[in-house]
Amino acid sequence: MELLQMSVRMLNEKIKNKVLGVKETVSALHARISEAEPGVGAFLSWNEDRIKERIDEVQAGIYSGRYAGPLAGLPIALKDNICTKDLSTTCGSKMLKNFVPTYDATVVKRLLDAGMIIIGKTNLDEFAMGSTTETSAFKVTKNPWNTAYVPGGSSGGSCAAVAAGEVPLALGSDTGGSVRQPAAFCGVVGMKPTYGRVSRYGLVAYASSMDQIGPIGRTVADCRVLYECIAGYDEKDATTVKKDVQKPFFNQAADKRKEHAERLKGKRFAVPKEYLAEGTSEAVREAVNRAVELLTRNGAIVEEISLPMTEYAVATYYIIACAEASSNLSRFDGVKYGYRAEEVKKLQELYVKTRSEGFGEEAKRRILMGSFVLSEGYYDAYYLKALKVRRLIKEEYEKVFEAYDCIVAPTAPGTAPKLGTSLQNPLQMYLGDVDTVAVNLAGLPAISVPCGVDEAALPIGLQFIGNSFCEELLFEVAEAYEELRGIFPTAWEQVSGRGKAGMWSER
Amino acid sequence: MVKVDETVLEKAEVLSKLQIAPSERERTMREMEMLLAYVERLNEVDTEGVLPLSHGESGESSLRADVVTNPDGREAVLLNAPEQRDGQFVVPKTV
Repeated sequence: MELLQMSVRMLNEKIKNKVLGVKETVSALHARISEAEPGVGAFLSWNEDRIKERIDEVQAGIYSGRYAGPLAGLPIALKDNICTKDLSTTCGSKMLKNFVPTYDATVVKRLLDAGMIIIGKTNLDEFAMGSTTETSAFKVTKNPWNTAYVPGGSSGGSCAAVAAGEVPLALGSDTGGSVRQPAAFCGVVGMKPTYGRVSRYGLVAYASSMDQIGPIGRTVADCRVLYECIAGYDEKDATTVKKDVQKPFFNQAADKRKEHAERLKGKRFAVPKEYLAEGTSEAVREAVNRAVELLTRNGAIVEEISLPMTEYAVATYYIIACAEASSNLSRFDGVKYGYRAEEVKKLQELYVKTRSEGFGEEAKRRILMGSFVLSEGYYDAYYLKALKVRRLIKEEYEKVFEAYDCIVAPTAPGTAPKLGTSLQNPLQMYLGDVDTVAVNLAGLPAISVPCGVDEAALPIGLQFIGNSFCEELLFEVAEAYEELRGIFPTAWEQVSGRGKAGMWSER
Repeated sequence: MVKVDETVLEKAEVLSKLQIAPSERERTMREMEMLLAYVERLNEVDTEGVLPLSHGESGESSLRADVVTNPDGREAVLLNAPEQRDGQFVVPKTV
């Protein structure tokens, strides 16, 4: 097996047993990055200045026992809306083109404390607003399965980098599906933790009541160990909760893994019919139905349910997300950091000109909409109404989890669209988020796992949604499904002929 | 249904501190109108007596002691400023 195909666990063991050097690992990735980047374009910047020093530091730390955990020596890519000290953080916006944070986000600190190496920062939709990564001010990222298609978004760069074999792990952020949907489109695993599980300190805010940082990897196990590293209370984010996080993998205390049948037997899964309704492609429907059959054959109890409020999720999400964005993005005024318009004489003019020139079209659209729904005369009709519907959506989920362990659904109604076909009609693009946004409104954890490909050989994602703070169960069932499904190659393995013929075999 | 005309757009621009270019105004108004027409479907939902929910997880905030822990980072912070002088941000004359 080649280094680039190894699981996180295998890489870590080889590094700790001195079979592999940290430098050798990073060099192998750099070689792959040089090969892949001209076609994929997942990265916005590289950790050039300090990476040599960091490699030596980590290698020494592994020798001395300072870095003894399961992520020691592992390289990672970060979505470029996560603050990294002395390393530019642009949010994919002209507004922050030259912004260099003075501090690390809490998640970054935890990765560094675990002995990880930051390779670079990845492309995203501007301020994480978009579903294709095409609203980035800097470049277009392409889907490594077929470069005529988008990687999804907004964490398109992070998911494309993992799919292209450029990094084994990445972090993204998920406000309305921005980790899960690109993970589905790129054929990798992406997870959104419960709201409050992972610190948002140092994540540039888009919609604060829904933003959550999540792990991206090739397999559920890879994602799980990264999740366990970043999860947990942080005194710098008052919305993180003081609940214990089970960390069997990160603490290397996991018992021998249970058989998948043991993990599925008697578990109750709900399939909401609204998630497979009109608008869902035939290929997606078939792939999800196949996955449901597989779970059923292996001891799971699967039943169809109804979540009637799903119909209102996109409207509720866009009112709340835009409202919060209009407030969060008011900090970009051309005074303290970021872009500043030239030749202005008055302060008000500075604000208006800076923001009009610095923000892209999608960001401006959402700020305008957000200001409108919060404005006098419209606040009750739009914003307050959406907050009330939000409660009804949350309550509908709560009822489901009284009777079921987990919800199974598609991650997106279709597969990746072609480049250049999504931005003309914003409403159409927003409706593509129908399977993911309700989870953010309700604060629930969810994970996307590849479950097939469509007729154009583009990946399809299967979504498991869990009850609040039930991430462990979510990982258990997702991993059981993954094992039953069989190996699903990364785009890089498939395109380069390293993928197994027939893609996967279902047991 | 809300009709988005110049008055509505101008109000949103003032609140947003944005100015939409003349060539973009018509399209922006039509898009806002289309999006508002779509979200008005929430009126179909009976929310009588329902309390608003601002966060998915509505647990209490995890507060900490009000103690300064960050070191003084004035110089580093000012390095990001588009314009600075004598350790301070510079803005156009206000008075």
